[in-house]
Amino acid sequence: MSRLDIKSPSKAQTVVDNLYRDVERRIAASPPGLCPVDMNLSFLQLCHAQSCGKCVPCRIGLGQLSKLMAQVLDGTGTMETINIIEKTARTIVNTADCAIGRDAARLVVDGLEGFRDDYEEHVKHHRCLAALQNPVPCVSLCPAGVDIPGYMALVGEGRYADAVRLIRKDNPMPVACAYICEHPCEARCRRNMIDDAINIRGLKRYAVDHAGVVPNPENAPSTGKKVAIIGGGPSGLSCAYYLSLMGHKVTIYEERDKLGGMLRYGIPAYRFPRQKLDEEIASILSTGIEVHTGITVGRDITFDKLQRDYDCLYIAIGAHQDKKTGIPGEDSKNVMSAVEMLRAIGDEKMPDFTGKKVVVIGGGNVAMDVTRSAIRLGADKVTCVYRRRIEDMTALPDEISGALAEGAELMTLAAPVRIEADDNGVASALWVQPQLIGESDKAGRPRPNKAALDEVRVPADIIVVAIGQGIEIQGFTQAGVPIKRGTFVADSATSVGDMDNVFAGGDCVTGPATAIRAIAAGKVAAANIDEHLGFHHEIRVDVEVPAPKLNNRPPHGRINTTEREACERKHDFEDIECGLTEEGACTEASRCLRCDHFGYGIFKGGRIEKW
Amino acid sequence: MAKGIMYIDGQRVPFDGEPNVLSVIRKAGIEMPTFCYYSDLSVYGACRMCVVEDERGKIDTSCSMQPRDGLKIRTNTARLLKHRRMILELMLASHNCNCAICEKSGSCHLQELALQFGVRRVRFADNREVGAFDDSSPAVVRDPSKCILCGDCVRVCEESIGMGIIDFAKRGYNMQVMPAFGRKLSETNCISCGQCSAVCPTGAITVYNQIGPAWRAIHDPSKRVVVQIAPAVRVAVGEAFGLGQGANVLYQLVSALKCMGVDEVYDTIFGADLTTIEESNEFLQRVKNGGPFPMFTSCCPAWVKYLENENPKYLRNISTCKSPMEMFGALVKQKYKEKDAEDGRTTFHIALMPCTAKKMEAARPQFKDENGNPDVDLVLTTQEVIDMIKESGIQLGEMEYESPDLPFGLGSGSAMIYGTTGGVAEAVARHCLPDKSKNTLRELEFSPLRGEDSIREATLQVGDLEVRIAVVHGLINAQKLLKEIEEGRAMYHLIEVMTCVGGCVGGAGQPYGRKAIKDQRREGLYQADRSAPFKRAEYNPGATSLLESMDEHTKHHLLHVSYLDN
Repeated sequence: MSRLDIKSPSKAQTVVDNLYRDVERRIAASPPGLCPVDMNLSFLQLCHAQSCGKCVPCRIGLGQLSKLMAQVLDGTGTMETINIIEKTARTIVNTADCAIGRDAARLVVDGLEGFRDDYEEHVKHHRCLAALQNPVPCVSLCPAGVDIPGYMALVGEGRYADAVRLIRKDNPMPVACAYICEHPCEARCRRNMIDDAINIRGLKRYAVDHAGVVPNPENAPSTGKKVAIIGGGPSGLSCAYYLSLMGHKVTIYEERDKLGGMLRYGIPAYRFPRQKLDEEIASILSTGIEVHTGITVGRDITFDKLQRDYDCLYIAIGAHQDKKTGIPGEDSKNVMSAVEMLRAIGDEKMPDFTGKKVVVIGGGNVAMDVTRSAIRLGADKVTCVYRRRIEDMTALPDEISGALAEGAELMTLAAPVRIEADDNGVASALWVQPQLIGESDKAGRPRPNKAALDEVRVPADIIVVAIGQGIEIQGFTQAGVPIKRGTFVADSATSVGDMDNVFAGGDCVTGPATAIRAIAAGKVAAANIDEHLGFHHEIRVDVEVPAPKLNNRPPHGRINTTEREACERKHDFEDIECGLTEEGACTEASRCLRCDHFGYGIFKGGRIEKW
Repeated sequence: MAKGIMYIDGQRVPFDGEPNVLSVIRKAGIEMPTFCYYSDLSVYGACRMCVVEDERGKIDTSCSMQPRDGLKIRTNTARLLKHRRMILELMLASHNCNCAICEKSGSCHLQELALQFGVRRVRFADNREVGAFDDSSPAVVRDPSKCILCGDCVRVCEESIGMGIIDFAKRGYNMQVMPAFGRKLSETNCISCGQCSAVCPTGAITVYNQIGPAWRAIHDPSKRVVVQIAPAVRVAVGEAFGLGQGANVLYQLVSALKCMGVDEVYDTIFGADLTTIEESNEFLQRVKNGGPFPMFTSCCPAWVKYLENENPKYLRNISTCKSPMEMFGALVKQKYKEKDAEDGRTTFHIALMPCTAKKMEAARPQFKDENGNPDVDLVLTTQEVIDMIKESGIQLGEMEYESPDLPFGLGSGSAMIYGTTGGVAEAVARHCLPDKSKNTLRELEFSPLRGEDSIREATLQVGDLEVRIAVVHGLINAQKLLKEIEEGRAMYHLIEVMTCVGGCVGGAGQPYGRKAIKDQRREGLYQADRSAPFKRAEYNPGATSLLESMDEHTKHHLLHVSYLDN
């Protein structure tokens, strides 16, 4: 026996390591609607298998917890069982020797705090609170409920126009989503269990890029009802589209010069080419929507008047008010907000950053948009300053790596403390305080704390603040639109309090969120406004979804979209992404497991043909 | 070594070199509950009973926490008590709770703490798979259904004895303590020292109980029951009867045994004097012959068994003298041969020992006569004797003083100290040193032959030779010493080895006790030596005249043994 040996994993260990990855993917693919207690127990059992057996709380305690939770599930447990589960789990959390026991029991404590009602439902009524359906994962996770397996199949058959028509049944902005959707649909894609999620957005882009002009369905006969929509962003446009199809007369009031909202004034053209946006808006407007741009409700026209003139109102003004850092010197010249800068770009009034040192404050997607736009505007150096670490940024990882590839600098763990200005009041530098990452907050995100290091001067000609947006509520508060924590209050049906004919949705209700959530709110509002007006128009489409084939089931790599070279793309605002090829799209579409047909999806919770 | 002040439950407690917060807490007079902590073993941190809470409400075990100046902890908050109760409940849920009929009932630490913390119900079901009951060892019995996996036995066997006979097997919920490959103890190299049972807080490992056969012999009119009492027993029995720690209760013990129906009671120190004389002679003979050195003492059966099982090349270095118990046994059987023939009874010899390995030794083929009858029929540990006295309802403290029977009831002070580490070596030194004045005794008393260090060495001038003596206790230290000798870094003429830490006072047959109690027992033996009328083996008139009456063949037959031709 040698004194030391080089460690090499055994065959069994290698296979087990693969199994761990399989389990990770499988957990990622957990479909919505599972019994939380059952999942909690399964996780616990997994954790218990990791126990070495040394300390009492972990060795015995986790096993006993499993047994008690099984009693809850099999209906033999009592309310006292839940009580013992909680006590036992808390003792393990506090006394186990290492994280194997402690954090396993914490899962149970968290579960009891998060879904105690479900535990109690099992004990009292031997049933689960979770939905009894096993919906199709991608469809149920799409806020708008787009028939994803359906259009995957259509793309696979080359029926791109049908794919667009099928999408438009639930989402009238397939082009926008094809380019910029954050694709929550991919998160729990069942294909994760085999290899990786389907590239749903990539396939949608292939469909919209190759569908040509797809005419809209005909409008239903005119109802004579009038609806005003305040805000021409994705939510307002979506609502307008469906209401128009239902035969109502829709008028959009937009504050800016052009429609599109954040799709135009937030998202830079390199992510969503303006021509595509204009085409999509034109298509929606072709259903007969009237538009008034440059009108600010509350200033150019009162809310009350709109309420009087129209049968219904839909407020979808988005979140366009910039948030301030509140640090000294923020009012210096050449300090601007992200909203300001992106708005100018949206109106094609390009600022000139040639040769400038630009400092961007923030770590979200907007900060990345600003950073990458600043590079394209000719900045000499763009530094993104963020309080926490890269992994704590809320920006999508692709956005961060894209910015870095284009030459942006990331200065992490640096909290802005003040802006230095020269004698003319022009910003010359941002002073930052180095930070040390600390304990996690309740949401699990580590907080930055002041590090024992001196402040650092970051020279800057331009400083852009991109730390989030709020809602411009002037003009609505006086009219009695309820507000809570800076956003309008609307329920899940988009109704606004006791204001009978007023509905609201999108960012102005949720706070800054995603385009698809805004679109979904527009769709929901359209349905409920239609009902409110006394109608029950159905939105359906006569596209026949191809029968499932024995698709490609062995593990197969996911086909990703590619990007133009960074050195080239960073000089222009042209689209950075290269769509899939026909070959790639066809192959990728064939990876879809068609959960609308296989599994429970064929029975309940599968295809929703109309709404 | 860290020094400073800690705050325990609001009290200022200074610390100075304590290895952990737990020791400081105990110093402050708070009896922190533990199952898996022993000051002379490594910290394991498994039972989680010794949890404490700091100012910020963080909970951790005090056994694994370093003392720190200014540290503020609380030992008995509501949360801690709740958690301790829950831990006990979880332990009881994985424990065979047939307490009333358990060997350990009354001295079980789990039972004691469950009582102390008021755990009166177990809300969990026990569906462990438990390993097989193992009573294959002559010394200890394993009942895995009662194991709480504190690991004390595993660590004592590994760290103090150096054998590693038992270890954890399987993992997680299925974890168990067992010998390798699930063997029985009898199929391993176990040397029967019984330290695993001595540290076991529950009835999972207990001493092989022979109270039943002992009673049967005592109550059998055809049997003449003759008892010998080892030195370490007399200073431990009294503990169980509130007679003080380390108190020498020999005379009450003799009285109690007689009350219980024992026919003759003798004192093992008589045998120890024989051993001292014979072993000294053998040693001087080896000096004359130039070896083989080192000569090892042979009193400790676990040590002999260790050499036999794991290091047989040293068997020729062991003294040929039988242990005092076996010398005594042979003598008793010899003495009563005629009388047995006369009155038609058979002599049944019981040895009261602080040791579980003596049970194994008594059963060795070397110590049986030609008919296969052992010289020592039965070995009872101190704890078993205590149990029998209690069963008889005898209040030991109320017993009249009664001296052991003659002719084997007398012994020297040097025989008394056989029960502690260094005692055998000191007895031999007293015998071998030509200066018989008190000065020699004083010199030896303050020589390294006495003390607590695990390996001690002394040099004595015997004639022309500067004799190098080593004293070792805790078998792992003997193993270390052997390694040093093999590597040429050490050389000794005589080495005394005791398997158990502290020697026989710390034997596994003694009642459970922490180190302080063992120290008291040792003091009791030194006190007995001081009050003994004579201090050297050769002044024992019975022993010397007996040896003079024997020819070489008889001596060889009765008093010597070889483990080689086996």
